[in-house]
Amino acid sequence: MKEEDIVERIQKNPKFMQFVKMRNNYSIVLSIMMMVVYFGYILLVAFNKQFLATKISAGAVTSIGIPLGVGVLVFTIVITAIYVRRANNEFDATKDEIVREASK
Amino acid sequence: MIKAKHILGGAAALLAAGAVLAAGADLGQAQKQATNWTAIVMFGLFVGITLWITKWAAAKTKTAADFYTAGGGITGFQNGLAIAGDYMSAASFLGISGLVFGSGFDGLIFSIGWLVGWPVITFLMAERLRNLGKFTFADVAGYRFDAGPIRTFAACGSLVVVAFYLIAQMVGAGQLIKLLFGLDYLVAVCMVGAIMMIYVLFGGMTATTWVQIIKAVMLLTGATFMAFAVMMQFGFSPEAMFKRAVEVHSKKDAIMGPGALINDPVSAISVGMALMFGTAGLPHILMRFFTVPSAKEARKSVGWATTWIGYFYILTFIIGFGAITNLIPNPADYFVNGEIAKGLNGGGNMAAVHLSKAVGGDLFMGFISAVAFATILAVVAGLTLSGASAVSHDLYASVWRHGNVDSATELRVSKITTVCLGIFAVLLGIVFEKENVAFMVMLAFAVACSANFPVLFMSVLWKDCTTKGAVAGGTVGLISSVALTIMSPAVWEVSLGHAKGSAMFPYASPAIFSMTAAFVVIYLVSKMDNSAQAAKERALFPAQLIRSETGVGASVSGGH
Repeated sequence: MKEEDIVERIQKNPKFMQFVKMRNNYSIVLSIMMMVVYFGYILLVAFNKQFLATKISAGAVTSIGIPLGVGVLVFTIVITAIYVRRANNEFDATKDEIVREASK
Repeated sequence: MIKAKHILGGAAALLAAGAVLAAGADLGQAQKQATNWTAIVMFGLFVGITLWITKWAAAKTKTAADFYTAGGGITGFQNGLAIAGDYMSAASFLGISGLVFGSGFDGLIFSIGWLVGWPVITFLMAERLRNLGKFTFADVAGYRFDAGPIRTFAACGSLVVVAFYLIAQMVGAGQLIKLLFGLDYLVAVCMVGAIMMIYVLFGGMTATTWVQIIKAVMLLTGATFMAFAVMMQFGFSPEAMFKRAVEVHSKKDAIMGPGALINDPVSAISVGMALMFGTAGLPHILMRFFTVPSAKEARKSVGWATTWIGYFYILTFIIGFGAITNLIPNPADYFVNGEIAKGLNGGGNMAAVHLSKAVGGDLFMGFISAVAFATILAVVAGLTLSGASAVSHDLYASVWRHGNVDSATELRVSKITTVCLGIFAVLLGIVFEKENVAFMVMLAFAVACSANFPVLFMSVLWKDCTTKGAVAGGTVGLISSVALTIMSPAVWEVSLGHAKGSAMFPYASPAIFSMTAAFVVIYLVSKMDNSAQAAKERALFPAQLIRSETGVGASVSGGH
């Protein structure tokens, strides 16, 4: 099977466009989540320093800003891992199936 | 303790005012310290091992594909470590821990900014880059666009970013060697230039990758040990560590909340955008995606890279607090003339290095010093390789010879370019020795997010994008980001010495304007482009889409 033929068949397969759309939406939703978390934190620093400096409990030294900040770092790692896991298993399986159908 | 207020406050104010968020990327002017033989021997060992690896890699580097992408034979895990090695610079290790030491919480805000670009690369770029590209990111935009203009533009974008980044690294190397090894500035600059040239020239991407992996493992191991030692002192209770830090630090409880780092929201957002989207436009990072065999491995690489880099930033935060609790109570050992008011021996950026002595003795301090210097070497090698491929693959092979060139000739051109870039880097290091280069890395990020990222993003994801639109928008982004940075306070007032308040552009980063301008121009020019070439390019989009989403027809292990 020539490569051009495979490309043409994939293009005609409605499953392909559906797959691309689904995955793009997923990527965009995750990107927006990341932006909301990051820019939200930055704007909090810019506009409400008082809140971030509030202690986590009476008598404690640790301020709310520290677990929140470390939380943003952890969130960044976790959201990346979630995408990689889903893409490497679920998305790749769907993609492989579309390519396999076109190569038959 | 009252005296300490002045110097720590002064250092933090300098960091905050000078280049705002860019401060952590710079090591500043340094005082030469006593010769540190332990560090020099450790560094010699690192160089010995990496040169031996280069010899092994040289035997495997026969074609242009081997040179640019290690033949596509790097695994996702290895590549993830190498990317982390490329990204975790000496400045982020010493600079961020120094910032935490000086002002506590602010250092955390800083490190977050450097991490958030990675998910964006993962979600939007990594897989598509791997599927569309072969050797450079220009291959991606060049898939359906007119090779001449788009590759010329992409090569310019790459070289500008590489040059700014190189200046920061070379000057950093020179300043660092005075502090860590007690050697001369010139020795450092020439040594970095020479060793880096050997790595790249003979070992190409294979050697560069392994240098970065080894460096990343050393840096992560060293930082883990330091953070572990600090946490152990406090029975693994962060609260106990913070409590002690607030007791001894001159700023008292202020180190637990945001300080003067971010005051103006426009600058905050603009710097945030530069960091978030600039990472996805750095040529030396993007080219790493072509070293893995498949999209799956590309995703794994970026997943691992994000994990390691994020973990590393959490460590630097602990290290900064560890430096507060370990160094301030012992001024005689770590501060100039034993007076806290005079600052740390060697300056605020030495916090992590002094802490390494406090928790691990002279031998461990030698190790950390060697790692900090090796870090620069690895970053410079990656930058040079990406600059060389932009010249030899994009400009020479694709634009000038229209792709009619054999692998051996292309390889020879990239090697000649490597030598030229090596000499150029050394010259840059010498020319900029006395300059304040704090803004250089931020400038590189600003250009990357305003010129390279919009072009890549639109060419891959928007079907109506055309060559004319991409080149016009990218050029606007490139010129405006550089021009606005020059007119900003960090360059106009701090580096060029004009009067305070005379800067025409008041914000810390141009990204919010220059990146937006690039996208708008790409959109408008593409929309207005009704040429036959534009129609041809739009017609190629479906095929590009299939390749970028499925990998059908993607280059398999480059060049085989």
